[in-house]
Amino acid sequence: MHELSITQSMLGIVLEQTEKAGARKVNRINLVIGEMCGYVEECVQFYFDFLAKGTPAEKAVLSFKMVPPEARCRECGTTFQPGEFNWSCTGCGSVNIEITAGKELFVESIEVD
Amino acid sequence: MEIKVLKNILGANEQIAEKNRKLLDKNKVFSLNIMSSPGAGKTSLILQTIKRLKDKIRIGVIEGDISSSLDAELIGKENVPTVQINTGGACHLDANMLNNALENMPLRDIDLLFIENVGNLVCPAEFVLGAHRKVLVSSVPEGHDKPLKYPLMFTEVNVVVLNKIDLLPYINFDIEAFTRAVKGLNEKAEVIQVSCTTGEGLERWLDWLQS
Repeated sequence: MHELSITQSMLGIVLEQTEKAGARKVNRINLVIGEMCGYVEECVQFYFDFLAKGTPAEKAVLSFKMVPPEARCRECGTTFQPGEFNWSCTGCGSVNIEITAGKELFVESIEVD
Repeated sequence: MEIKVLKNILGANEQIAEKNRKLLDKNKVFSLNIMSSPGAGKTSLILQTIKRLKDKIRIGVIEGDISSSLDAELIGKENVPTVQINTGGACHLDANMLNNALENMPLRDIDLLFIENVGNLVCPAEFVLGAHRKVLVSSVPEGHDKPLKYPLMFTEVNVVVLNKIDLLPYINFDIEAFTRAVKGLNEKAEVIQVSCTTGEGLERWLDWLQS
């Protein structure tokens, strides 16, 4: 369900920027989304199609750049991609880790006419 | 034409959250965003805390649920100011919902405000509300693997209250593995073991709260 709130906020940002640029039409929206946030692309697209109707962003293509989680071990310094249910360091097995990527959630750019 | 935007999608929510924090600070209210999966014991923890502290400090509660006012009615029996938010389907509270609820709270007469989020380990982690601390209530029957299954939630909180420890003799729950996983994701988070049924461990929770 949280995709609805996210899509509303995202569309708000896109329309604000479109208006600021004096553009008529949005062709493409480039999003960067960390996989840890658990947003489902199909679900964002579904809400977007509904919410964007009648706005300059109607029919814009949504492009999702998904960022996989990345972690750094505080014990040995190894940087690694955690497995689905395994967050221990691939170098030394420690679970004392810091998450360094995978929580992103922003509009990178829009392409407009 | 390409326009660089680089705007956080949750930026609008975060701005309202800052407003909430200012409003709470102005009224000298210390607030806690209480999160957990459904049935882990958020309402029980709030009730037990009210019973132990209500003669010492003034407490208020905001109850977030998808529907019903069952929890607000339960808390209301303790004679503390309570506001129910029904999200009408949304799986989390957001800063704007809290802002509306704060308008209906006698903030000047409250020292400690509990904000009980919707039971869910996914979405509430994403939406900051403006509360001073985030509390995660986990419970023994959920299993010790939850930190690894919902890592974002566990990285976002200040304290993890492990409830229902009275059930440990009956359930295959490895406290050491649970604590190790929590600390691995979030080394600053304290893990406090309690049972809201027997009262065991609640003193430590109250100590954390008062510190």
